[in-house]
Amino acid sequence: MAVFSRGFGGRARESTPDLPPGQFLTEDFPVLSAGPTPEIDTAEWEFTIRTETGATHRWDWDQFRALPSELVATDIHCVTRWSKLGTSWRGVSLDTLFEEVDSSYDYVMAHSYGGYTTNLPLEDLLDGKAWIAYEFDGEDLDPEHGGPARLLVPHLYFWKSAKWVRGLVMMKDDEPGFWEQNGYHTYGDPWQEQRYW
Amino acid sequence: MTDWLVGTITHVRTETPTGRSLTIAVDGWPGNLAGQHLDLRLTAPDGYQAVRSYSIASVGADPSVQLAVDKIPTGEVSPYLVDDVLPGDQLEVRGPLGRWFVWTPEDTRPIQLIAGGSGIVPLVAMARAHAASGSAVPFRLLYSVRSPQDRFFADEIAALESETFRVDLVYTRSTPEGWPTPAGRVTRDVIEALTLPASDAPGVFVCGPTGFVEAVARSLVDLGHEPQNVKTERFGGS
Repeated sequence: MAVFSRGFGGRARESTPDLPPGQFLTEDFPVLSAGPTPEIDTAEWEFTIRTETGATHRWDWDQFRALPSELVATDIHCVTRWSKLGTSWRGVSLDTLFEEVDSSYDYVMAHSYGGYTTNLPLEDLLDGKAWIAYEFDGEDLDPEHGGPARLLVPHLYFWKSAKWVRGLVMMKDDEPGFWEQNGYHTYGDPWQEQRYW
Repeated sequence: MTDWLVGTITHVRTETPTGRSLTIAVDGWPGNLAGQHLDLRLTAPDGYQAVRSYSIASVGADPSVQLAVDKIPTGEVSPYLVDDVLPGDQLEVRGPLGRWFVWTPEDTRPIQLIAGGSGIVPLVAMARAHAASGSAVPFRLLYSVRSPQDRFFADEIAALESETFRVDLVYTRSTPEGWPTPAGRVTRDVIEALTLPASDAPGVFVCGPTGFVEAVARSLVDLGHEPQNVKTERFGGS
């Protein structure tokens, strides 16, 4: 049983069934990152998917932007406890990017410009659950929010949506990425409050 | 994951016009490293709960933790912690959390700390850990505040200054009387003049509001610091 905090009333209770446990709503778009924001020129940018055979599927910026894109309306949930409902993104579905990829591995390490990594099960990236996003609210994605392009996996805590993403590497086993080695949960389901380990 | 622990407020102190430090005795607190944070949970009489994360200003095995909170007027938790909470009041905490934005005495690099406003909290813990360990590595703090009265832990930081810990203050809106430089933001030139140079390959810890951290981190990289030597922690939103 929790202790009560004298004199704490909290806000007027809103009915927010879309809010996972332990989260609060924000109108802002706060930033969580571990180091300086890398500057990435789209002329140099590329996105790759590498499999266990060493086969590397590669898109430069123009090739990537020529792929069919989707408008994604979704809620996002940060492990630092803010949630933002009804955000609007544009990006390329991972289903599109994985069309020609042949792998028997079940896990993926996402790698970012700047060295960040995060691990995900492949099934969490497919079937309309994840995108490489390059627009937020109809504008180019700001560098501090992960531009020119970031992973968008909105059903998991937002650290899984790697900013400045540059590639995915297929993994046989689930190995921890950057925050996962630094105290955060390997999977990160906000509805189960999988914040820390 | 550890359970929620009951904390009892033992001391409150006004730090700035909008900020306060709180000392909380936590039954079962395992101690913490410098730079870690905790989750703090408040429960209303009807069972409603609100949880927020706060950096810890204290360090070590002591079963009490010190936090400093800046009031966000539209926030739900910070006005309660800054305006209402009194010694004897209870709340819950969980932690310590985070293993990235931390300093331990095994790190023998020179260290540059750069704080904006209440971003000083985890950095003061590092300065305290440095002093407590007797570490001889050079530490330096650049602390940006709006005005003299906006300094958190002003006396403690002054008391920590030593041969191996140098403190530089930057005032962005108003300076003390007779201050040698006019009020202004932490620009690349300010950083170049008042921090350890990239040629020393220092570890750099930057904490503050998002805009401050973005600008400082960009300047550091421009000045030649390796991005992997620059660790950042940002706060923003409500």
